[in-house]
Amino acid sequence: MTDLAATDALPKPPRDLLPVFLPAILAVAMLPLVGSGSSWVTLTVASLAMGMMIFIMASGLTLVFGLMDVLNFGHGAFIAVGAYVATLVLLPLAGWVQADSLWLNLAVLAPAALAAMAVSGALGLVVERVLILPVYGQHLKQILMTTGGLIVAEQALYALWGPQIIPLPLPTSLRGSFIIGDIAIAKYRLLAMLVGLVVFAGIQLVLARTKIGLLIRAGVENREMVEALGYHIKRLFLGVFMVGSGLAGLGGIMWALYREQVHASMGNDLTVLVFIVVIIGGLGSIGGCFIGALLVAMVANYGGFLVPKLALVSNILLMVAILMWRPRGLYAVTSR
Amino acid sequence: MIILSGDPPRSRALSILLIAIIVALAAVPFLFPGAKAMNVASKICIFAALVASYDLLLGYTGTVSFAHTMFYGIGSYAIAIALYGMGPSWAAIAVGIAVGLPLAALLALGIGLFSLRVEAIFFAMITLAVASAFLVLASQLSWLTGGEDGRSFQLPELLRPGTVFVKDFFGVSINGRTLTYYIVFFASAAMILGLLRVVNSPFGRVLQAVRENRFRAEALGYRTVFHLTYANCLAAVVAASAGVLNAMWLRYAGPDTSLSFAIMLDILLMVVIGGMGTMYGAVIGAAVFILAQNYLQALMGVASNAAAEAGLPLLPGLLHPDRWLLWLGLLFVASVYFFPTGIVGRLRGVTRPKS
Repeated sequence: MTDLAATDALPKPPRDLLPVFLPAILAVAMLPLVGSGSSWVTLTVASLAMGMMIFIMASGLTLVFGLMDVLNFGHGAFIAVGAYVATLVLLPLAGWVQADSLWLNLAVLAPAALAAMAVSGALGLVVERVLILPVYGQHLKQILMTTGGLIVAEQALYALWGPQIIPLPLPTSLRGSFIIGDIAIAKYRLLAMLVGLVVFAGIQLVLARTKIGLLIRAGVENREMVEALGYHIKRLFLGVFMVGSGLAGLGGIMWALYREQVHASMGNDLTVLVFIVVIIGGLGSIGGCFIGALLVAMVANYGGFLVPKLALVSNILLMVAILMWRPRGLYAVTSR
Repeated sequence: MIILSGDPPRSRALSILLIAIIVALAAVPFLFPGAKAMNVASKICIFAALVASYDLLLGYTGTVSFAHTMFYGIGSYAIAIALYGMGPSWAAIAVGIAVGLPLAALLALGIGLFSLRVEAIFFAMITLAVASAFLVLASQLSWLTGGEDGRSFQLPELLRPGTVFVKDFFGVSINGRTLTYYIVFFASAAMILGLLRVVNSPFGRVLQAVRENRFRAEALGYRTVFHLTYANCLAAVVAASAGVLNAMWLRYAGPDTSLSFAIMLDILLMVVIGGMGTMYGAVIGAAVFILAQNYLQALMGVASNAAAEAGLPLLPGLLHPDRWLLWLGLLFVASVYFFPTGIVGRLRGVTRPKS
């Protein structure tokens, strides 16, 4: 250790930029394989949009684990609940959804998204108090309890809405694509990318610039120290859990519109994808989660285009490859 | 005492319950020769063995794996594909077993070694991801597995219901189906007793030490890595054997009967209801759960219809037989929270939960 004078700047942690460039490297490497430039642009935009949506769903999970060491296997339930709540707003206002006016469409999408986030967040409060609070610090029971919670939530959705698939058409002004030359870019994918970037920037801003963000980052690194300094880390955790659940709900409505349908099993299906993203990124790391989501979406899209059969296991192969390289995920932020 | 590996039930009520279950299972072909009762009984036998092998992981080493149905499915599919491809012969059964069991062990070894390299906490998530990929593979590779439809096949002559050994034994016909049932019964019993032997061996003691405190077990000089991987492979082989029995009984293997996530949940429920960390819990959990699944669901249908006729809101939907998992999920959460030791723990009078 070198001696530092009081006026010297604190030593900066070494920057680890290789994972940041990974999605770009992958995208460029795929260009000659895909062949045609226009399909490459379409595929890349599709991966970015899908990646952003997955990121929105996964961000809450990774923070919840990082902060409190809680493994939430029921995270998918919040996604499904968000999608179902959105149908409550979107289906009665179908007239506005079908109107060919961007503003009218957004005027109905915004309250739907807010309702989805609010209900998922409120459900997060209940789940945290009822299922997770009694089993803090016991991984085995956390997994069992939250798995049970996932079953109950999924079945409750079936009981309330019935087992059929609910079609959820895209608003009129978000259908179709922008055509530039021979490149087609779906409008909804652009919106999804925009929302994803806003959420990512928002989370980063809160984490980097606010006191709460500072406490969360400190808590991820060393929970006991933050507690010792007199902060209620459990209350902080409850807040993070609710925000994370709300974001999962937002991801749910976005995914439902992307697929244009809602079904209770979507929570279960997306859980696996979200887990892979969180593992790849490193538990507790928002940046890693973002990169992981992009990588998973890219492998799914490029893989599906180049070798359709491989797409079935491409996520697993990606996860194996990343973990062979970095056993704790791209960014290991927790000290545990 | 030797056959129980020196680990008796240690509770009179538990012993009586176990004996009642075993006697009932052994006598089913003579007491209730109907197809439904036989199906329920053989399912109890098969799941008792499957759940016991899962308990080796969950209850004795404290690791949560979501890939157990994958091994079960490998066993089922191995025997199904062999009998479908080679025709109904004993050689096909032998080939199915000789391919399926080592394959399951190898895959378990692979997952074990891989997740050893990464953080232990990833294990549950990785197994979930691998199992779901396997399910997708099995339903997509239709040239091999028959896709969503699965594979139906014929058993060798000796095991078919058409082969009658004793025409009228006190009013019951003893045929190939009865023989198949007893193969299932005794094979399952052998596997459970074998697992009981394993958990009461020095090896099993080390597994429990790992569960209680992995760091300390390592400090005492045990290579916990070796023990955990070995337990994983052992559980996988037993699960695959249970899968073989299941496919032989159903004469069919498909994604819904052997691989689906719902079966994984059933296994989890049976382990927790029966009692984690006791092989007897597997038998009791499987018996209670499958009896309830087959006979209580009908009751739910009656209640649902009654509620619908009374014009109550919501209740018909909540009580519909298809929503059976909703109540099980609630029961599951409640039992993890309030009765972490399960039925066996209750009967043994253990009130202090093991953490």
